[in-house]
Amino acid sequence: MTAKTPSKLEKVLAAGHFAVTSECGPPRGSDPTEIVEKAEIIKDHVDAINITDNQTSVCRTCSLAVCIRLKTMGLEPVLQMVTRDRNRIALQSDILGAAHWDINNILCLSGDHQSFGDSSKGQNVHDLDSMQLLQTVRLMCDEGKFLGGDDIKRPPQMFAGAAANPFADPFEIRVARLAKKVAAGAQFIQTQCIYNLDKFEEWMKGVRDRGLHEKTAIMAGLTPMKSAGMARYMKNRVPGMDVPDEVVKRLADTPKEKQAEEGIKMCIESIQRLKEVEGVRGFHIMAIEWEEKVPGIVEAAGLYPRPEV
Amino acid sequence: MIVGEQKPLEELWESIKDHKKVLVFGCNTCVAVCQQGGNKEAEILASLLRMKATQEGVDMEIQDSGIERQCEHEFFEKTEERVEWADAVLSTACGIGVQFMAEKYPKPIYPGLNTTFLGAVEELGVYTERCQACGQCILAQTGGICPIARCAKRVMNGPCGGSTNGKCEISKDVDCAWQLIVDRLKLLGRMDDYEKLTPIKDWSSDRAGGPRKLVREDVQHDS
Repeated sequence: MTAKTPSKLEKVLAAGHFAVTSECGPPRGSDPTEIVEKAEIIKDHVDAINITDNQTSVCRTCSLAVCIRLKTMGLEPVLQMVTRDRNRIALQSDILGAAHWDINNILCLSGDHQSFGDSSKGQNVHDLDSMQLLQTVRLMCDEGKFLGGDDIKRPPQMFAGAAANPFADPFEIRVARLAKKVAAGAQFIQTQCIYNLDKFEEWMKGVRDRGLHEKTAIMAGLTPMKSAGMARYMKNRVPGMDVPDEVVKRLADTPKEKQAEEGIKMCIESIQRLKEVEGVRGFHIMAIEWEEKVPGIVEAAGLYPRPEV
Repeated sequence: MIVGEQKPLEELWESIKDHKKVLVFGCNTCVAVCQQGGNKEAEILASLLRMKATQEGVDMEIQDSGIERQCEHEFFEKTEERVEWADAVLSTACGIGVQFMAEKYPKPIYPGLNTTFLGAVEELGVYTERCQACGQCILAQTGGICPIARCAKRVMNGPCGGSTNGKCEISKDVDCAWQLIVDRLKLLGRMDDYEKLTPIKDWSSDRAGGPRKLVREDVQHDS
């Protein structure tokens, strides 16, 4: 397998290494200090850094601006882009804006509903959905065309990814849905946070049965729990999240001051187990407002040092 | 049908309070089905507003009337006099009827309802949205369930990652349209169709293309 784009993430995967990505959320203001610090903390332990796009529909600095910031720091950003806030003109324009700065990774998402955030009275756009955005990226990159049919001068070169939630309902179409994303052009997949490893492995079996793991690079998503309270919240309040009772129990049975440490330990154990699952090609570690823990997790999981490609 | 919900009395009063002769004017077809805005409801509303006027000590005459449909010229003929009498009309039609009346009469026509959606009567007193009139029906591809009207993100290749136990991420009371579509495709033995990618939609036949107009020359009058 050889990389088709200048993406470092694609090169790491093409060389057969487990890839490691993490994510940073842009600030709710214009001060770049904090996001630069977050990126500095994790940069040597990951291959690329996802920059979220107004996650949970809370208004923040735009993903593209922060991706450009990372690029100027010599880092490898993954531009997250949701279809909630932009129509096809804005989406294509921002893809070109990213390509202008040689941003080579994009993650195509539909985005949380705006009712979760600070703009619940706003419109949502959804001119395209996430699969159609993937198709758009591939059209722009591979054929050098706009959706309108015109040629793009210097087409973008992007490694195009999508999210997959192995746990959302209805479960029986979760593999079929991945197949659709692969058909739409997903070159890599970052999954929803995995806590139910048995169910994830069942999904992966379905994925392998259809050979999808050979057509796209599946990166397992992980978020370390900070406390039993967080586990309960994720279980009960976050849509599409599958947190088994034993995960909550293990944290709840741990003294409060040790719960964070236990959460990290559980995350590392999960990575170690998932490394053995055929078709898992990397890990996407989403340590929400806990970036400082990423290097320790990566090291303890035996994923450090990161390969030079 | 077009579903509507009567506006709060206070808001209606604010609209009409400075007029002397007000006609509350019902529309007896679509909105009447959900017992809002029909001729009977117009009569009740007129009584409530008369009481309100008395309470407020405002000298105002309020009458009520109604027709079958406020969106067609012919139905207005019988009530021309009533409408002429009023110096303002509170129309309890949907937004279409209110505008159609406003185009016909050079006097204030106020909306009595909030036009809510195009929907069905699920059971008595429960009305739910089914169609957004996008102008390009895709129900043949989606097992007869519309993701544009019924998915909060109008995802054409769903479900999104927020579907849980058959419900939408926005509320446990809202069915996930794509769960319904998958269930329906299964029932129809058409699950293979699920994997067909729905192409990018042409929204030009939707609101995005500007106000829409349909002309049927074959049924137009010669006059």
